[in-house]
Amino acid sequence: MGTSKRSSAALPQHIASRRVVVPRPTPKRFYGHGIPGVDLDKLSGRLVVIEGADGSGRSTQIARLVQWLEGCGHATVQVGLKRSTLVSEELEQAKQGNILSHITLSLFYATDFADQLENIILPALKAGFMVLADRYIYTLMVRDLVRGMDEVWLKNVYGIALVPDAVIYLTVSPEQLVQRNFQKNHTLDYWESGMDVGLSRDMFDCFLQYQALVEKQFRRLQSTYGFTIVNGERSVEQINAELQDEIERVLVGK
Amino acid sequence: MPMKTFAELNFPGRLIAVEGLDGSGKSTQIYLLKRWLELQELKVFFSEWNSSDLVKSATSKAKKRELLTPTTFSLIHATDFADRYERQLMPLLRAGYIVLCDRYIFTAFGRDTVRGCPPKWVRGIYSFAALPDLTFFFKADLEVSLRRILDGRPELKYFEAGMDLRLSADPYESFRIFQGRILEQYLAMSTEFDFLVIDANQRVETQQSLVRRLVSARIDLPKFVLPK
Repeated sequence: MGTSKRSSAALPQHIASRRVVVPRPTPKRFYGHGIPGVDLDKLSGRLVVIEGADGSGRSTQIARLVQWLEGCGHATVQVGLKRSTLVSEELEQAKQGNILSHITLSLFYATDFADQLENIILPALKAGFMVLADRYIYTLMVRDLVRGMDEVWLKNVYGIALVPDAVIYLTVSPEQLVQRNFQKNHTLDYWESGMDVGLSRDMFDCFLQYQALVEKQFRRLQSTYGFTIVNGERSVEQINAELQDEIERVLVGK
Repeated sequence: MPMKTFAELNFPGRLIAVEGLDGSGKSTQIYLLKRWLELQELKVFFSEWNSSDLVKSATSKAKKRELLTPTTFSLIHATDFADRYERQLMPLLRAGYIVLCDRYIFTAFGRDTVRGCPPKWVRGIYSFAALPDLTFFFKADLEVSLRRILDGRPELKYFEAGMDLRLSADPYESFRIFQGRILEQYLAMSTEFDFLVIDANQRVETQQSLVRRLVSARIDLPKFVLPK
């Protein structure tokens, strides 16, 4: 792309003349005690989290945000659940076999999260990157809360987490999610349907009921964690424009 | 979640844990206790720290590559413990077994705290687990346990020697300092968690007879006879 021989007049002006804004440092904090030995003042990047169910458009939106942020001159890094070098393989194996009990699976995910937090997120923020997280501790907490786990226990475990600069929750009704999942995979995922919770033997029913419970927990946590709730049932462009506005506010330090 | 023993939670089973430094002789003692209970045809099960299959693959990989930080070290061991606790210990205790554990949550409390994790966080993580009905702490002089381990000049593993704490570049020196700090943690927990302290500098037989006496005094053993 950089080898284009077009004259500068033919370049898209809104990109060519874009001024690169240097974000001002904003104070960071952990939810609890955090990670021992981290100097929060040195974390000059921004952490933006996109939450939402499978099929809510998270990855599409994140791909666009990366394009846009890079166009604005910001370096980006992407993280997500189950992507750690430490335990991602074993976690996948465990999910396939469905052999772990709740607390074990929950701690396994927490290990995966902690590994990425310490080895990717914190170093990237220290280097001034924009970190885009495809899901964060909220999805992990919500999944466990739906399964009846103790909230105080979960909050203690995730006291290691850094408070993001923005958390965007894409909401799509369970009915819409079903349609989107079928369009994409022609099948519903066992875990995203909450089949292990045993709400119904029928996968379709189970998916609808489970996603409704997840949504309810997310809305409950919203008051504590202050998510920005974004209606995910509009066009990709409309949603992205709203996300860009939100992130621009984050970049100037609100 | 308040911490209670299995007896206090009305489980029919009982859990006996042994704790102590590497080289304190605790594994020998719990083995002899197990043999004694088995020979009386009681329902007994023995469980070791770090033995759940699935998590083992992740832990051994992580340890080989020295990938762990204090936080992930703590979490991965908690995962391993939870797996054993939920799938093995709990059902056995529900079924009225005497479960013998070579190390229990106190090992994590001690090690993770020495590694710099906040004690409140570590204890919170393990708060899903009930307390043992009996906890034997084998207290040997630091030099005695160090000698038992170090005399053979074994190849000390990276995390085992506490090398991640950068206490010393020499693994043996690092191990000494690390074990000394863990001993301090054990002593600090001793009263809080009602450890039955056994002087591990004594003869094997002397210790074992005390252990057996305490177990029969505190646990109604005839209740645990295997069904014929």
